[in-house]
Amino acid sequence: MDGSAPERREVVIPGDLLNGHGLKPGSGTFNEGGRIYAARVGIVAEREGFVDVIPLSGRYIPRPGDVIIGKITDLGPSHWLVDINSPYPAPLNAKETPWMVEFGDTDRYLRVGDVILAEIVSVDEAMRVQLSMADRQFGRLTGGQVLDISPAKVPRLIGRDGSMVALIREFTNVRMFVGQNGRIWIDGDPEGVHHAAHVIKVIDASGPAPGLTDQVRAYLEAAYGRRATTPAERDDDGRH
Amino acid sequence: MEDIEHIPKELKLIDAKGIRLDGRRADELRPIKIEAGVLKKADGSAYLEWGNNKVLAAVYGPREAHPRHLQDPAKALVQCRYNMAPFSVTDRKRPGPDRRSVEISKVISEAFSAVVFVEQFPRTSVDVYIEVLQADAGTRCAGLTAASVALADAGIPMRDLVTSCASGKIGGVVALDLNKDEDNFGEADCPMAIVPRTGEIVLLQMDGHLTAAEFDEAMELSIGAAKQIYELQRDALRRRFASVAEAAQREAEREPPREEPPREMPPEMPEDLPPEVDDL
Repeated sequence: MDGSAPERREVVIPGDLLNGHGLKPGSGTFNEGGRIYAARVGIVAEREGFVDVIPLSGRYIPRPGDVIIGKITDLGPSHWLVDINSPYPAPLNAKETPWMVEFGDTDRYLRVGDVILAEIVSVDEAMRVQLSMADRQFGRLTGGQVLDISPAKVPRLIGRDGSMVALIREFTNVRMFVGQNGRIWIDGDPEGVHHAAHVIKVIDASGPAPGLTDQVRAYLEAAYGRRATTPAERDDDGRH
Repeated sequence: MEDIEHIPKELKLIDAKGIRLDGRRADELRPIKIEAGVLKKADGSAYLEWGNNKVLAAVYGPREAHPRHLQDPAKALVQCRYNMAPFSVTDRKRPGPDRRSVEISKVISEAFSAVVFVEQFPRTSVDVYIEVLQADAGTRCAGLTAASVALADAGIPMRDLVTSCASGKIGGVVALDLNKDEDNFGEADCPMAIVPRTGEIVLLQMDGHLTAAEFDEAMELSIGAAKQIYELQRDALRRRFASVAEAAQREAEREPPREEPPREMPPEMPEDLPPEVDDL
């Protein structure tokens, strides 16, 4: 999908045969007897020689490299346990933080209930997750509020190359982090937060059809009574 | 248990013309209605009406399996709970699991384990809850059919939907999809579930007696009906996801970017959500 004609996006159902001629089965698909079938409800997309089914629902399954928003649920002498809104608990080792944490001193840095922005470093085949917040962009999030949306809607909220997030930031002036795990942290003046939260809820409730960016832009332009400076985008993609 | 006084003694379950008590022919299904995505808090859900059966199915997960010792380090568990509401039958059903519902839960979870890609989610469990609100024979088939739609709605990767149907023998005739009277007073009932794409059988039970020829006939009826039910399941899922797609499309078309003077309050969007009602 390359911004040309807005094609009809067909919803596939588990067991649907996909037209994967000369393509390899990607995520959300499986191969049986040389044919590719959809494994979950979603929308078909082709990318780099793979057929994928972009999910429309489902839980967050951690993948290496994802930036997530986690909540501290427990702490040990040299690590914290983080709820990353997935079936798998994620430990954050004290070494993977920007601080020099002494053994047993973990509660001086992060406590139960704190919210962090972190990265998933690795996920092994047994789905054991390793987190890191050593990089400068990561850290503890103070103030603001955390919203939960369906993880399947996160790519839509980000928009192509972050266009949707940029649009929301431009108007509302909120500080905003979008975690791949369906958690969004926003902070700013009450009006901006109100509008941003509304837009996020609309995106969460919306389906896979194109035109969402325009819809959000219309809302924000009407709410703030001025035009957007970002160029209009006809076809916002489900991916980023 | 069941009051049968109202049924005349000479009444036949199926008459000479092959018409049953409820007016169906031997190879006819009861009307089926499926709706997907009916519960907000569940990851996936479906509501199904099958004749006088009313069934609600909810799916949660994949989520951390509890208790921990049940976790399988190599794959996900598919756990199912089939439960009949106390008001689902004419005599009040004593609430809670009994031998029958434990058995049905087991066979249904095994049927789903055959299609779900369990190895993609080690150490988790996928929990399927089937609540029978109103029962009129064939509830395990109804429950399984609904739960299969709920699993797909939850975005659980699987090889195909599972479709289920029963056939039996009434008044000496092999008939499709028995209702309560036919089940009680007929000779046999044989529920089964298949993976329609491959024809694989994932559940097969029988209550009563059928000869090998009658069994083959019953299976043929059930498999034929399963194809119809499969289409209903797929249609329910397409409606579930197409409706959001079309709603958003219409929304986008109806509301072109407006140019208005600045206002104090933002205009309300048509699908305006009530402020801050979540986070319970």
